[in-house]
Amino acid sequence: MNKKHWYDYLWIWSIAYFALGFFNILFAWLGMIDFILPILIAVIGGNKYFCNNLCGRGQLLNKLGTDCKCSRNKPAPRWLASKGFRCGFLIFFLTMFGNIVFQTYLVGAGAESLKEAIKLFWTIRVPWDWAYTAGTVSDWVAKFAFGFYSLMLTSTLIGLIMMVLYKPRTWCTFCPMGTMTQSICKIKNRGKEEAA
Amino acid sequence: MASKKYAETDRDRCVACGACMKVCPKGAITVRHGCYAAADKKLCIGCGKCAKICPADCIILKERAEQ
Repeated sequence: MNKKHWYDYLWIWSIAYFALGFFNILFAWLGMIDFILPILIAVIGGNKYFCNNLCGRGQLLNKLGTDCKCSRNKPAPRWLASKGFRCGFLIFFLTMFGNIVFQTYLVGAGAESLKEAIKLFWTIRVPWDWAYTAGTVSDWVAKFAFGFYSLMLTSTLIGLIMMVLYKPRTWCTFCPMGTMTQSICKIKNRGKEEAA
Repeated sequence: MASKKYAETDRDRCVACGACMKVCPKGAITVRHGCYAAADKKLCIGCGKCAKICPADCIILKERAEQ
């Protein structure tokens, strides 16, 4: 079997992230690492080293799905991994991220007040006021944290549902970060593919 | 002696997540340039672990041609 590396334990980071954000929402900003690092690796290295080795969420899904047997291990519908759906989901996700940035701007500009709540699946409002003391930081910093935490929690929940229904890492087939980094790699390595 | 079967990836469908690479007992699979996973035909023993874990269902086991 493959040798264990330090990065094989990054699934702990995935849990720690949500635990930290439960007590203090400002920790949600740390999630930007999971957003920026894969893109940096893809742009500079031209590979998916992040997805392949460093993604805590992928490892967590594998841990729960394979090791803890929480997955039915059934093939997912073919369209879930199709180019059209992956692309559509990426656009949807980026739009939702854009919305978070816009809401952050509105709060920063004083056009809207800060609501201490997170939104699951972009619709269900969940009060989250214990994780933030008003006035600790600028309102927009907290606003972004609430928004970003919502996005991270929602996508993890989708991932977990997919894990239970289908294969452990079904989420990876349409993960927006995965689609983005693979596209970057494909553009960057155009022509190299056949040589491999 | 080479195994009867070997794993082959549908490169067009592969999302390059690397789940197969992690599960391969022979280290035969690599994700190439972040574009797709591919198994080394010489190293592959045709165990099918990769095909079972693949979330995109893009790995199939093929019969080796008679030598």
